[in-house]
Amino acid sequence: MSDQVEQAEQTVETLHGCPVVYSRDQRVLLVNREQYVSVVKALANDGFDVCIDLTGVDYLSMPHRTLEAGIQPERFEVVVNLLSLTKRERIRLRVQVPADDTNVPSLFDVHPGTEAHERETFDMFGITFDGHPDMTRILMPEDWDGHPLRKDYDQGFIPVQFKGSNS
Amino acid sequence: MSSVISAGTNEGGQELQSRSELTAKELFREVGSVLRLSESEAAKLAEVQTEVPEDQTMIINMGPQHPSTHGVLRLMLELQGETVLRCKPIIGYLHTGMEKTGESLTYMQGGTNVTRMDYLSPLNNELVFSLAVEKLLGIDGDIPERAVWMRMLLSELNRMSSHLLFLATNGMDIGAVSMMLYGWREREDVLRFFQKVTGLRMNHNFIRPGGLAADLPEGWRDDVLSILENLPSRLEEYDILMTGQPIWRERLQGVGAITAREAMALGATGPILRSTGVAWDLRRDMPYLRYEEVDFDVIVGQYGDAYDRYAIRFNEIRESMKIVYQILDRMPSGDYRIQNKKVTPPPRARIDESMEALIHHFKIFTEGFKVPEGEVYVGIESPRGEIGCYIVSDGSSTPYRMHMRAPSFVNIQALPHMMRGGLVADAVAVISSVDPVLGEVDR
Repeated sequence: MSDQVEQAEQTVETLHGCPVVYSRDQRVLLVNREQYVSVVKALANDGFDVCIDLTGVDYLSMPHRTLEAGIQPERFEVVVNLLSLTKRERIRLRVQVPADDTNVPSLFDVHPGTEAHERETFDMFGITFDGHPDMTRILMPEDWDGHPLRKDYDQGFIPVQFKGSNS
Repeated sequence: MSSVISAGTNEGGQELQSRSELTAKELFREVGSVLRLSESEAAKLAEVQTEVPEDQTMIINMGPQHPSTHGVLRLMLELQGETVLRCKPIIGYLHTGMEKTGESLTYMQGGTNVTRMDYLSPLNNELVFSLAVEKLLGIDGDIPERAVWMRMLLSELNRMSSHLLFLATNGMDIGAVSMMLYGWREREDVLRFFQKVTGLRMNHNFIRPGGLAADLPEGWRDDVLSILENLPSRLEEYDILMTGQPIWRERLQGVGAITAREAMALGATGPILRSTGVAWDLRRDMPYLRYEEVDFDVIVGQYGDAYDRYAIRFNEIRESMKIVYQILDRMPSGDYRIQNKKVTPPPRARIDESMEALIHHFKIFTEGFKVPEGEVYVGIESPRGEIGCYIVSDGSSTPYRMHMRAPSFVNIQALPHMMRGGLVADAVAVISSVDPVLGEVDR
């Protein structure tokens, strides 16, 4: 049994020092916050020169999820989809962001096109991006309370008001 | 709501700030110097004289009700005379929290939600959502051939209707108002076919995880053929009406030019990227459905201006027609949805006979089907660029997180760079050539 575990650990594929896992045959790179920007830069040099998508996930109600390759799961995750036009390949990066320190370096210097995505992620999840030129809300009104896509955000309702009702 | 996140979260204005309040980095973005430009390109951009006293410029709001902003896009423009110095798109007026809504709808119901995002190509939205769910379920290889080809047929017809509407609105924005009527008319032909097939003109919820909602109706082939036979001569007419017209060319050529490096740095896809000469079409380069088996050309431009984007969309209609002809030839017979009892509702007739079928039917429509834990991203080529769907599943019957990568949302970022130094009258042409759909931008 322990042999198998050791073998599994030895055969973990890495790319730029980060473990690679496969989710439904799609290549996913588990990156930590410190390496994040440098790995994206290195990948950009490898040909992944378009940042297609950047978004967040709040794993509040999935606390016991396990991540492969011994990465410590945190509440938030920033998910980045990179695309290589020359190699016709995709790669996805998942960055763990703890609940008490929701601060991630910005990809703005590498891929200026993440500007709107990072603002959206900030707006919806409250994850701030260091080095972003304009960290304001993008979809919600600027005086809005809270970040709607967080799992502990009240979905709320609009009370239906009828004439003469008590409420 | 927890007290932590309800604390005052006023993050300041989303609007165009006065130049004295700009951070250096934001200024760099306005000027475009972060866009991997070559030195000569950056120098060309710097020629636009922005160092004018602030009392000589005017900040003007274009939108959110301006008719040529295609919905509720608001642009703040800083003008000196008629020259656009800076531009900032302000969005969110149509934000209805569709990604949040998606978290409480089952995978079966999810299609009704995503189809309303890009309301000009609803079938492509449903398609990408269904493909993502099928990949999560692990049934993406088992979809019956007929369902796959039907999806291709609907997707291509939808591309045609979307591009026809682009011709209409582009014509209207530039001043060729007759084109608006013609474009809507041709699109109506396609929508009438959709209505016959799906029951609705828009927001069909027809492509569903596992296949489609129904088979093609009797006589569908004749309907498609009549669309395909009417269109070429009319397209010729519009070619003469618009492409052949010097005023039209003058209004578009050289307006809103963008380079390939800029487009890639900004993440722009679809006709915007192709107009810069990058031959990138997911249908050819990362084929999904059966696009590798049909023959079509990827239309590319050269100058990256509004005229190229117009010409690309115009010719993509012809390419889509080419694909539809091939689909008509090769449409296989068979089932229109996968026969997997956990995903597919039983046929109506079985419900009267079999208790088991009744239970399955009831369970699928009340609690939905469960999807194994995992996360997946699928991207396809919508008329506006790459539309992607990222779904995280926690093993229940609703997505834990459903995110749509909307092409218009990203493409809109290119507006400030396309408009910089141009005339305010050209701003209309530039917005029109990006062809944003605000339902998808704001989601």
